Amino acid sequence: MREITLSQAVNEALAEEMRRDETVFIIGEDVAEAGTPFKVLSGLVEEFGTARVVDTPIAEPGFMGLGVGAAMTGSRPVVDLMFGDFIYLIMDQLCNQAAKSYYMSGGKLNVPLVLRTNLGATRRSAAQHSQSLHALVAHIPGLKVAMPSSAYEAKGLMKTAIRDDNPVVIFEDKLMYNDKAPVPEEEFLIPFGEANIKREGSDITLIGTSSMVQVCEAAAEILAKEGIEAEVIDPRTIVPLDEAALLESAKKTSRVIVVDEGHQSFGITGEIASRINEKAFYHLDAPVLRMGAMDVPVPFSPALEDITVPTPDAVAENARKLMSGELIHAA
Amino acid sequence: MAKTKTNTEDYLRMYRQMVRIRTFEDNANQLYLSAKMPGLTHMYSGEEAVAVGICEALTIDDKITSTHRGHGHCVAKGAEFKEMFCELLGKEEGYCRGKGGSMHIADQSNGNLGANAIVGGSMGIATGSAFTSKLLGKDDVTVCFFGDGATAQGLLYEVMNMAALWNLPVIYACENNGYSEYTKTEEIAAGSITARAEAFGIEAHQVDGQDVLAVNELTQKLVARARKGEGPFFMELMTYRYHGHHVGDINREYYRSKDEETDWKENKDPIIKFRGWLVEQGIASEEEIEAMNAEIKKDAEEAVAYAEAAPYPDQSEVDMHVFTDIEHALARNTA
Repeated sequence: MREITLSQAVNEALAEEMRRDETVFIIGEDVAEAGTPFKVLSGLVEEFGTARVVDTPIAEPGFMGLGVGAAMTGSRPVVDLMFGDFIYLIMDQLCNQAAKSYYMSGGKLNVPLVLRTNLGATRRSAAQHSQSLHALVAHIPGLKVAMPSSAYEAKGLMKTAIRDDNPVVIFEDKLMYNDKAPVPEEEFLIPFGEANIKREGSDITLIGTSSMVQVCEAAAEILAKEGIEAEVIDPRTIVPLDEAALLESAKKTSRVIVVDEGHQSFGITGEIASRINEKAFYHLDAPVLRMGAMDVPVPFSPALEDITVPTPDAVAENARKLMSGELIHAA
Repeated sequence: MAKTKTNTEDYLRMYRQMVRIRTFEDNANQLYLSAKMPGLTHMYSGEEAVAVGICEALTIDDKITSTHRGHGHCVAKGAEFKEMFCELLGKEEGYCRGKGGSMHIADQSNGNLGANAIVGGSMGIATGSAFTSKLLGKDDVTVCFFGDGATAQGLLYEVMNMAALWNLPVIYACENNGYSEYTKTEEIAAGSITARAEAFGIEAHQVDGQDVLAVNELTQKLVARARKGEGPFFMELMTYRYHGHHVGDINREYYRSKDEETDWKENKDPIIKFRGWLVEQGIASEEEIEAMNAEIKKDAEEAVAYAEAAPYPDQSEVDMHVFTDIEHALARNTA
């Protein structure tokens, strides 16, 4: 199978959906000729023109709000938010407007909008361009949240998101844009709410999101050399969450680590760990462990930044401790 | 009122719609005072000529966005009393199945894109609606209702900028009722309100919001031009809010005098003024007007009685309408 970058995968997904459905348009800062700072959208304005690949002023609440209204009236906007950190700027339009319109109208005004943005630290971009804020969005009923872990998922989830009749937020890891993965030439979609078992194993389950899937896979490689067989699961969407698949794996291995790049406290890792504790308690041989980003603003200095996010070595180390029973009575 | 008689039916419908709004609000206030209505509500009484003058210049395909003070817009865009009172009381047959209530009341099938309880929250939505119109080559126009208080929100300036850059068919309708919640507008708005739009090259008009014909005439012209791609436009409609910020805002002399309220109610009431004109022009007799008022009053009373007796939504609806494709949002994860 051919291999393409995550960036090319997103670009292909958008182009295919824009060819298929003339109501789809892209709107955001520097999306047209510039193709975004990450060059993910390069070439789209040449094919679809400036009426459908729309450069905006630097006004995130404005173009997000515009997207919501466009979605309510028959368009399918893909709103491009240059950095995930800017989500704070659009919170009212995303969480009070887009997320609640269908509910508040008793099922009459839906908002088929995709918010395309990113996450991920270690790009030396400091505290306001490095955050992973998907937990904020996942907390709000009415929003779906997709977290592609490779080019394959990036394409399949984007196409599904554009066809979804609800607001969907897609977080791409900005450090993965140049990472290649096998992606079929023929059309495919990835359904929401279906986890993907990336690697089968019987000793411990590693649940990872976005780039943390790769971290979990690398940890599993390390562990395999020591005779520990780790299962790696990628939920692919955290709303809806394929809880059944996660529980099934937890029951099988009886040990679980949840790895995510959002801040550890009050985040995705805690939510998933809690559900496993509630619903698979008697199957567990150890507490479910959370591994998120450190609860500090993301620092600039490489010496500091690199230690704020989970690494394969750190995941493997925690896995060993769970396997040896070291963490069971730790307190 | 300089306009001469040209279309009797239109004038009578405008009058009827204004009276329907006032009557709806009188009943809503009564429901609140008698503790039959859950929560609070924000009365539109006094501002009827704005909603009616504007909505009578629109077609069913044209869109509006409404506000927390939105009953007037809802009625003016074509909603029915029965579904509105049901919504106000949180009943299943309400326009939003009781999930929205007073602050989110909207008859979506008439092009009302929702009443928004975030002050200024719908400015992006209205602009996006106009964007769809242009993108898909349609000719509908969107009117964005908001109050003077909302002009303090930054979103307005972000979307007016975009609407002006892209000539979107949107009309920003600022209902200046003199008060931003419990504060005089002059204390929260520096400079001129119309100048805010003019700074973006948007043609702005100030109009007497108590004169339904003046509002309607201006809106008709602007809507026709917006359909031809000459938008956006901005209107500042000078009007007055008879009640407090909401029905619970009773003692309000610390921010405005009773004399001022009385002056507006007795000398500048949009319904009294228009009624006088209808009679003077020979469009309707006092008797015909009284009969119309009585009929509307009866309609409202019947709708209130209907809504009071109507059932609440079943509790199983609580997790419905969260997502379009998941019937019960919580079912999935409650193993």
